[in-house]
Amino acid sequence: MSDRPRFGTINSVIAIIDYNAGNLTSVKLALEYIGVDSEITSDPERILKAQRVIFPGVGAAGSAMANLQAMGLVETVKSVVANGTPFLGICLGMQIALEASEEDGGTACIGLIPGNVKRFVPSIPVCKIPQIGWNTVQIAWPHPLFEGIDDSSEFYFVHSYYPCASSDSYVMGETAYNGVRFASAIGKANLFAVQFHPERSGRIGLRMLQNFSKWVPLC
Amino acid sequence: MLKRIIPCLDVRNRKVTKGVKFRDNVDLGDPIEMAIAYSEGGCDELVFYDITASAERRPIDIDMVRKVAKVIHIPFAVGGGIETIDDMYRVLEAGAEKVSVNSLAVKKPAIIAEGARQFGSQCIVLGMDPVKSDNPEFSSGYEITTRGFREFTGMDALEWAKRAEDLGVGEIVVNSVDADGTREGFEVQLTRLISTNVGIPVVASGGAGTPQHLVDVFNEGAADAAIVASMVHSGDYTIKQIKDELAAAGIDVRRNW
Repeated sequence: MSDRPRFGTINSVIAIIDYNAGNLTSVKLALEYIGVDSEITSDPERILKAQRVIFPGVGAAGSAMANLQAMGLVETVKSVVANGTPFLGICLGMQIALEASEEDGGTACIGLIPGNVKRFVPSIPVCKIPQIGWNTVQIAWPHPLFEGIDDSSEFYFVHSYYPCASSDSYVMGETAYNGVRFASAIGKANLFAVQFHPERSGRIGLRMLQNFSKWVPLC
Repeated sequence: MLKRIIPCLDVRNRKVTKGVKFRDNVDLGDPIEMAIAYSEGGCDELVFYDITASAERRPIDIDMVRKVAKVIHIPFAVGGGIETIDDMYRVLEAGAEKVSVNSLAVKKPAIIAEGARQFGSQCIVLGMDPVKSDNPEFSSGYEITTRGFREFTGMDALEWAKRAEDLGVGEIVVNSVDADGTREGFEVQLTRLISTNVGIPVVASGGAGTPQHLVDVFNEGAADAAIVASMVHSGDYTIKQIKDELAAAGIDVRRNW
């Protein structure tokens, strides 16, 4: 991943954090499609200087946290959020933004938002786990990232664990699966995070990324 | 959870092609243009099979994967000609959401486990081509074939599905060789047998000819998703028409795109 193009001395509009947790190409291509400049990087300096930051990721929480620590990126992520930079967590990037996950026998996470991550327990009627596919998001709060997006719009999900914010005040959107109603979008000041994949959710997902690229958080 | 409709694009020499029971293929169009049309038409996902890569023993067409990834923003899977972990990496890095392994998984099951470990289970789709068998050795009634129905494996379809789940695949595409391209309906019983005996999503494939066939495979076959090919490639049905009929039958599908 080290041979990706750099943008010289110009600070890119959006830094997509690369911490060896899954494939980031689709995020970059979705941004490219809507005309937003971005770069995939694991360089703390470039991440800190970026105007906006996307924190994606797929895979397991344990190895993701281990990678972040080994790459010295936990503090970088904390600083970016503390500095007020618009920050978007996606999928695993949302989960590890919470305080802890049940995955990998219990994983301490970054703790940017109070709450934790739980495993879907097999239920009756049977739901397949992981949840792979499209599901609806009920908008709980008209956050600017939902601008132009209808309530109960469909987004693409892939996950076996689900986020639980410790206060409803952080819950921006909700989704039902396997008998659980979970926070599929959470927000706190300049941080917004989603369990689904906007970069894989067609026109509606692109709209959310476009909203993010213009978002001016009130903080 | 919404049931997914997945057009399947069999690609040969950069052209989408379709045969019957894996034979007598005719060319249908440009894969990139067709991907855009289906994506804008409301399909939920796409799958591309580089159908001759495996038989010709050559690597998959990465440049095509890159081009598709630039123009559509829904998940897509790519299969055919995947031989190594490095091949999987190149396909995913080019922008595909999933890789579909079939012949390779039979030949080297360990590679499924390694792929799932490195890229996550959700990236690894097992494609299987079961064919009906009277041999009592196959308790499900189906034997797994590979390399585009060119080789018989001696493996039972259900046993293979369970083993693949244990190895870490995230999803199984059950492509009935007997129904492929016939447009006479999915093999509902086979789909149900596999889907109710594994805990991961199962995609029905082969035989879709009318929206009612999809209703049947979702309701009676317990499929989580269904692949369509001839019925949409021919222009006989649009994705929207199929979804309208599914919704009318009480099946939840994605309606806004």
